[in-house]
Amino acid sequence: MRALFATAVAAAVLSAAPAFAAPDHPDQVERGRYLATVGDCVACHTQAGSASGNAGFSSHGFAGGRSIDTPFGKINAANITPDQETGIGNWSADDFYRAMHEGVRPDGTHLYPAFPYTDYTKVTREDSDAIFAFLQSLDPVRSEVNRDSLPFPFNIRMLMLGWNTLFFKPTEFKPQPGQSAEWNRGAYLAEGLGHCGTCHTPRNMLGGERNSRPLAGGDLQGWYAPSLTADNRTGIGSWSDDEIVEYLQTGRNAHGAASGPMAEVVENSTTLMPEADLRAIAVYLKHPLGSHEAASTPQPLPAENPQMQVGAAIYMDGCQACHRADGEGVARLFPSLAGNPLMQQSDPESLVRVVLQGGRAAATDAAPTGPSMPAFGWRLTDDQVAAVVTYIRNSWGNAAAPVTADEARKLRERLAQVVK
Amino acid sequence: MRRLPRKDAVIVGLGWTGAILAHELCQAGLDVVALERGPWHDTSTDFNIGTAPDELRYGVRNQLFSRPSQDTVTARNHSGQRALPIRNWGSFLPGNGVGGAGVHWNGHTWRFMPSDFRLRSHLTERYGAGMIPEGMTIADWGLTYEELEPYYDKFEYLCGIAGQAGNLKGQIQAGGNPFEGARSRPYPTPPMKMAHAQSLFSRAATELGMHPFPLPSANMSQPYTNPLGVTMGPCTYCGFCERFACANYSKASAQTTVLPVLMRHPGFEARTECEVSRILLSPDGKTATGVVYVDALGQEWEQPADMVLLCAWQLWNVRLLLHSKIGRPYDPSTGEGVIGKNYAYQCNSSVTGFFDDQLFNSFAGAGALGMTCDDYQADVFDHSGLGFVGGANIACTTYNARPITARPVPPGTPRWGAAWKKATVDNYLRATGLGSQGSVMSYRDAYLDLDPTYKDRLGRPLLRMTFDYHENEVKMSAYLTEKMVPIMRAMGAKQINAAPKKAGWNVVPYQTTHNTGGAIIGDNPRTSAINRYSQMWDVPNLFVLGASAFPQNAGYNPTGTVGALAYLAADGITNQYLKNAGRPLVQA
Repeated sequence: MRALFATAVAAAVLSAAPAFAAPDHPDQVERGRYLATVGDCVACHTQAGSASGNAGFSSHGFAGGRSIDTPFGKINAANITPDQETGIGNWSADDFYRAMHEGVRPDGTHLYPAFPYTDYTKVTREDSDAIFAFLQSLDPVRSEVNRDSLPFPFNIRMLMLGWNTLFFKPTEFKPQPGQSAEWNRGAYLAEGLGHCGTCHTPRNMLGGERNSRPLAGGDLQGWYAPSLTADNRTGIGSWSDDEIVEYLQTGRNAHGAASGPMAEVVENSTTLMPEADLRAIAVYLKHPLGSHEAASTPQPLPAENPQMQVGAAIYMDGCQACHRADGEGVARLFPSLAGNPLMQQSDPESLVRVVLQGGRAAATDAAPTGPSMPAFGWRLTDDQVAAVVTYIRNSWGNAAAPVTADEARKLRERLAQVVK
Repeated sequence: MRRLPRKDAVIVGLGWTGAILAHELCQAGLDVVALERGPWHDTSTDFNIGTAPDELRYGVRNQLFSRPSQDTVTARNHSGQRALPIRNWGSFLPGNGVGGAGVHWNGHTWRFMPSDFRLRSHLTERYGAGMIPEGMTIADWGLTYEELEPYYDKFEYLCGIAGQAGNLKGQIQAGGNPFEGARSRPYPTPPMKMAHAQSLFSRAATELGMHPFPLPSANMSQPYTNPLGVTMGPCTYCGFCERFACANYSKASAQTTVLPVLMRHPGFEARTECEVSRILLSPDGKTATGVVYVDALGQEWEQPADMVLLCAWQLWNVRLLLHSKIGRPYDPSTGEGVIGKNYAYQCNSSVTGFFDDQLFNSFAGAGALGMTCDDYQADVFDHSGLGFVGGANIACTTYNARPITARPVPPGTPRWGAAWKKATVDNYLRATGLGSQGSVMSYRDAYLDLDPTYKDRLGRPLLRMTFDYHENEVKMSAYLTEKMVPIMRAMGAKQINAAPKKAGWNVVPYQTTHNTGGAIIGDNPRTSAINRYSQMWDVPNLFVLGASAFPQNAGYNPTGTVGALAYLAADGITNQYLKNAGRPLVQA
């Protein structure tokens, strides 16, 4: 029965797409599969409505349609399976490299930087070709995607010409001569395919990355991607290389766990990467170029601050069962809040969101538990959310600006509008 | 009825045994589907810490249990009565949904005594055949404690059981149970932190010459990562275990130990709200060919499979076998037949002490937080001249003082009004209890069969339960309760209320969900339903898991032994059966 089914599929494939013969370069295809994993293509290009997780191993992970929130509206990710009409079946490797390198489609129209060509521009031609070969080896999926979903005036793709002039120049990755091969491998992965900066680098009003502040933390439409700088308080300065590797490999380490969009990154991408590449990324992140300008450390709020007192009571009631009275949590299960950079970001959005909505840690083969934090938005007022988050941000050695009820209210309203 | 593609194995019920077997079979490379009649349950989605400790919802209104309208049993005390359906669960509480009763258990995780496994032989050897009265149908398991030990160990390490070994490879260990069978290694985690009541109990019991030790607990004393890589957190002693799901990842259940790995397995699929209505047999009746089930929309499906694993709860296992006409139904008039035979239960009693000068703060507790003694367990003590066999553990547990139902007041207190309120205030923090959890022997006239009158929503006869406490159990309970009173007195109680078990089993008050038997294990196909690997004698590709295997019930909670039997079955299937599928693993 199974054999019969396989034969039927093969016959269908052969008859449907003459261009889609067995790939000539299996090594290249396999390399491309790995590079597509590093690039986490499935994070966006997965078919609308299909479950995430292991999607990268089937064509549906690349059939497009998933809607991506941007400050300018929703963009639907393209179908990048080799379907002739709805996918990229007619593209050449040159076309693909141009999209990756310049953000331009074969017909000359511009892509939006929701597709991170601003980072992918550093991907080598060889790697681009491998990814293309892998994509062309997939089963073509007919999946019509509305690629013009942005409202006026952002639906005018020509505008991107001006945007590119301001914020983008096609460039190639240039190894830093003074750095080790490992560091340079990490830089290539993180700045290129890994496109860490797409989320973690702050953007200006027009959506351009502020290259003066790489990986200093970025707003992500309802999430705040935390700083990855070497800062001890807000960045990952206190994490060892091993701890960074463990985090990317398993989704958690002694400090905390990946949740929200980063859980998807771990589950779909980094957990599938070999340790050498993860270690290279760790080495790169721990040794950024240029001098690190230590952010000024605020004084923690005093315990007698009214918000702190309310927050302490809420924490005692709702949080300490898991995160413990000393904020240390339970290693590799419930994140430590004490000294956790995520608690002390300049923008508390992710923290407030997790309190309101709850969250689930990444689940990986190495760390399959995937523990979750329950939602508290249904039983805490905006004032209470602000108080407990302020308390967490200013206890056990943490120090960060207080959070206002207004911030909680705004995020609550925004989340209420998100249609899942 | 629509027919689905064949699977290597179909599992009926995704609770403790279903999850364990599914994982072991998937690891062996099999394509496995589990059919669960209740809903999906997961800690993250269903057991919010803000709502999980809701006594009204879960403790009183029984949110986690199956609905009697969905399925129930009829019950009677003896065959001269007409059985009536249980319309509100009372004496026992069948679980529902993924995780089964393992979601709402307290977490007492025991091994049975070595003598429990060869009870008939043991009693005959020690006291002579006359010790076993006419009509008592107790039997040996066809399996020894020593043979089951590695599988007990495996289950305990899956769950991270907190305890203190009393017998390591034959060496008696201080602070543990000196009467237990030898264990190959210590418990995976140290005992829980005891409360005040346990310290008083330990001192009193020791003074009286007994041997108290920490109750083996599936509530975590510390964080634990099991051999599958799944992590649990430390228990917070919130006191919401029994009848509740744990929101803190602190109580071992299928959800907190197996499912995170199982659900990731590419060879595994779970279908919830799918109720199996019968097991299908080949025309010669010797091979199970799959199951028929009804989904949430009422659609009937056939799921063919090479192997069927019956992993439902004890009563439902027996019922499905009877409905599917598998195995010879038990006939109490002749004592012949096996399906429905040797139904047993548990015989518990309590002693409550009211103190003037002690504060117990019993609201801070855990399902399996306690100290216990096995001095009057099984055949640890000499039964000569006592007029009964069996025994019980004696435990002082602090497992909850939930505000709606935990209102201990001394005997003689009015049941409502100002005097009751005052007594509640005076005693809420100042009362503590001892409990004996006793064995129940099996009898020719205690059994399960199909009810002639009442049917379920699918038109199938309900299971009928015929059971009462016999003289042996009543005497045992009286004896054990008498042993507990002096302990409570030595603890300093000013007033003591002793409640031994009496005859006349009543379905209304909660007693225990440790229902056993009906598809018992043994070494003889004439007298037992399954062999040591939980394999049906009559249908070798059908395995029946769970407490339905117990030939009689011991003075312990069943889950540890149920888990061990599941791992033994998994070992038999993956290491022997699959090499020669369709063949019996034990020659009759």
